[in-house]
Amino acid sequence: MNSLESQLLQLAVAIPLVAALIIAVGLPKRYSTKLAAVAFTLPALIAIWLWWKFPAGGGGQYQFLSSADTGLGAFGIHLTLGLNGIALPMFLLAAIAGLAAGLYALRSGAERLKLYLLLLLVMHGGLLGVFSSVDIFFFYFFHELALIPTFIMVGVWGGRDRNYAAMKMTIYLTVGAMLSLIGLIALYVKSDANSFDLIVLKQAIAAQGISGAVQNHLFALLMFGFSILVSLWPFHTWAPLGYGAAPSSAAMLHAGVLKKFGLYGLVQIALPLLPDGAAHWAWRLALLGGIGNILVIGFVTIAQRDLKQMIGYSSVMHMGYCFLGIAALSTAGAGGVVMLMLAHGLSVALLFLLATSIHHRTHTFDLAEMGGLAQKTPVLAAFFVAATFASIGLPGFANFWGEFTVFVAVWKMSHAMTVVAVAGAIISAVYGLRSAARVFFGSPTEPLQRVLARHPASDLDWTERLPALILLAALLFFGLYPRSISRAIDEALLRPTAVVDSTVSFHR
Amino acid sequence: MSTELLKAIADSNQWWAIGPEMILGCAALGLLVLEILLPKDRHRFIPAFAVVSLFMVLVAVVINFDNIRGGDALFGGLIRLSMFGQVARIFFLFSSLLVCFLASVCLPRTRMPRIEFYHLILVVTAAMMLLTQSNHFVMFFVALETVTIGFYILVSYFRDSVLSLEAGLKFLVLGALSSAILLFGIVLIYGAVGRVEINGVVHTGFEYGTVLEFLRQHPDNFLATAGALLVIGGIAFKIGGFPFQIWIPDVYQGAPTPVTAFLAVSSKAAGFAVLLVLIEEAFAPLSAVLTPVLSLMAGATILFGNFSALTQRNDKRLMGLSGVSHAGYLLLGVVASLTVSWAVGAIWFYLFVYMLATMAAFGVMAYLGMTEDAGLELDQYHRLAKDRPFLGAVLAVSVGSLAGIPPLAGFMGKLLLFIAAFQAHLYWLLGLAIVGVILSIFYYFGWIKAAYFESAPTAGDRRPASAATVAVSWVGVATLTILTLATVLLGFYQQPLTSWLLK
Repeated sequence: MNSLESQLLQLAVAIPLVAALIIAVGLPKRYSTKLAAVAFTLPALIAIWLWWKFPAGGGGQYQFLSSADTGLGAFGIHLTLGLNGIALPMFLLAAIAGLAAGLYALRSGAERLKLYLLLLLVMHGGLLGVFSSVDIFFFYFFHELALIPTFIMVGVWGGRDRNYAAMKMTIYLTVGAMLSLIGLIALYVKSDANSFDLIVLKQAIAAQGISGAVQNHLFALLMFGFSILVSLWPFHTWAPLGYGAAPSSAAMLHAGVLKKFGLYGLVQIALPLLPDGAAHWAWRLALLGGIGNILVIGFVTIAQRDLKQMIGYSSVMHMGYCFLGIAALSTAGAGGVVMLMLAHGLSVALLFLLATSIHHRTHTFDLAEMGGLAQKTPVLAAFFVAATFASIGLPGFANFWGEFTVFVAVWKMSHAMTVVAVAGAIISAVYGLRSAARVFFGSPTEPLQRVLARHPASDLDWTERLPALILLAALLFFGLYPRSISRAIDEALLRPTAVVDSTVSFHR
Repeated sequence: MSTELLKAIADSNQWWAIGPEMILGCAALGLLVLEILLPKDRHRFIPAFAVVSLFMVLVAVVINFDNIRGGDALFGGLIRLSMFGQVARIFFLFSSLLVCFLASVCLPRTRMPRIEFYHLILVVTAAMMLLTQSNHFVMFFVALETVTIGFYILVSYFRDSVLSLEAGLKFLVLGALSSAILLFGIVLIYGAVGRVEINGVVHTGFEYGTVLEFLRQHPDNFLATAGALLVIGGIAFKIGGFPFQIWIPDVYQGAPTPVTAFLAVSSKAAGFAVLLVLIEEAFAPLSAVLTPVLSLMAGATILFGNFSALTQRNDKRLMGLSGVSHAGYLLLGVVASLTVSWAVGAIWFYLFVYMLATMAAFGVMAYLGMTEDAGLELDQYHRLAKDRPFLGAVLAVSVGSLAGIPPLAGFMGKLLLFIAAFQAHLYWLLGLAIVGVILSIFYYFGWIKAAYFESAPTAGDRRPASAATVAVSWVGVATLTILTLATVLLGFYQQPLTSWLLK
């Protein structure tokens, strides 16, 4: 129970939070940045170590378990941490993206840097907690812990329309979070297990089951609650606005990692516990996700002129694949979603990082006012093109395996939906490549030449290059060697109780 | 009556049982004596005497917490000690300490006499403590009136401020009305129950136990039911439950800030404490009537509080109206407590975390407030986080906790109430409460937004010049830091409260 690894897991969650507390109490600024750097790095090292130690053949079970009573034991709420094959990739994503966002923030030169780092550390700790929580109450709790700093960061350091964006995000995401909280409490009450522990809940529900009608209601609560948080069309309007206004590190962590909370909740909790409810709602989810997110938002993305808004919309659009994969109700679908979440998280974080780096050089996000930047900044151009390729889902990047598997799974469900999904891949190629071409190739526009004359553009320096390299390396690694992570996902999903239909297994 | 009986009654007068209240009463008198005895230049030490006596009593009650387990009625059935009675004592003592702290910030700014203020705080605290231990309607009414009359004086304490006087008058008129309603209810119950002789001892319809027994045998008695509803109406005035909440915004705005905090925390908690006691020990058989009435009241209170707070721009009115919505969530817990017994513990948990957050918020308001003490407009909070980072952080944490944002303690309070409501199958009320919480995010967040996101105060809405320079004493820093840290830590680790309240 209390092995070295389970203690390391606890430490990984605790380190950023404790560091934030120390900074809050009043650490001088120069020590604060050093402490923050350490607190961003250690969890990533721990995550890689845990991934290394994750036992083969044990993906179905939670590993590295540890449990503590914080005072709500009477309600079956314990701070239980552990990782299974679904949680592991997400935990790894949180650690890597958090490291990149943290390193980027250290040198961002933000005003009130101490408060900025403090909030980012709280967010990082919350994210690591979300994906390592076995207890669904703490799963929600850590999500909120990571969410609140986002609002403040948008409000204080945001760009255009920050007040409006912060308010809108707050209200949308609070509604979503409240619905999912009610759904989770309802699940707890209806399971009669008197425990929020996911393992206990699974056993209790497997033993006695929940009737179909109740499952439909519960799944609806969870689905809509979680989906608002993931920006399901038509509840997506907060996302491009919020990401457009958010400071880069907050956008990286929110779009890259925190938004995956809802999908992760659907895959880890709703699908295995409420199979009948999932079957009842699958088609509606597929229609909203497929038509709404992929097609409608896809075209909206093509029409964007603002680079950051475009990336925000593209992240909304890519969530459509995830919804389709979940609606496919198969191992392959769910597995593809987990892989895609990991890959998309890395790639969208990279894109937001690079967009900010572009802004530092062009002083605008307007695509119409850019061009020809590749001559001045070849490394930045190379990174951006690579990130765009990843985002489109070209083979060699992790995104490919996620999208490909989702396509295969959706084919089993509906051929028409597969056509929609493949059309989406073409749409994302259109806007992705076009934005890369507009920013980096051709000749600089008039306004840009004026800006460049005043502020000569230098190429990516090491403080930008290092976090970008971390993200890109992870994308390539999982793209070229997917088995390193998909083995654990496979094992977790192939448990008898975990899936509805296990005819298709996840890319063997 | 025989001498044995008189002796038995005398034996039941266990004075130690009301020791804390008696010590407070003596301390209150001692304050007045000290004012006469001490030379004028030593008067500033007198408030410290009040604080020390409150603190000593608090320590004594906490130490003896496990020795007092309740049981038989004392003083011929006037008083009954109970576990939650002890919890209530600790709550009121702690809250009054914080009110004294607020008074030490606000009072020196005015030319008002100070000693009487602390005197009244001590008397009202003692009366509240007696109120929650009462086991007899006469005791209940006397204690309640002591509290109310104390508040009449406190609300209009700044007698050269028009707003304070107006608030005092409103509070007096409406308070008198509610007392009349309450008294009428008590009389109806007494009339219906009459006198009962059990084992040679005459019991009257004033004793909770007798009322309980009577209602158990005659659950359909119209007079007694009407009386019970009127009594609950009178209590609803104290807690600000719909439709008895109408006095709140004006009185909260006009009253001196420490008194507003006292009203918002202690007075509300006293209402809930006594409501819980009455429902459990006197009106339990009426649950078929009480459930719908209290549910309606809870729903209406939640909606009224949140909707009316949405457009408020004055911080004290905002605290008042959002406080109405908190009363609504607590009423939800009261309804749940009719079927789910641990809900009482959840209500007290909520009250404790509400106290921590409310007192911290009022602390910030006390430091920023002006001499006339009518509260600030939210626009005047602009740039607060930049100019006064400490006060800004305290405000953000406490307001966030009131809004129920995880991971702060306020969220845990709401969570426990909601789980209790779920177990009591109050789905509609729960839905309303969720709507209320989402609405509350809007106005609470607006407050944080004003303090953190807005960069410059608009020309017409500058903070009073004193606010930029007013120094926060080390006592202030320590108190506000403790409150804020407690709010944060209780969000992560609830054991200190739950191990005690949810046994």
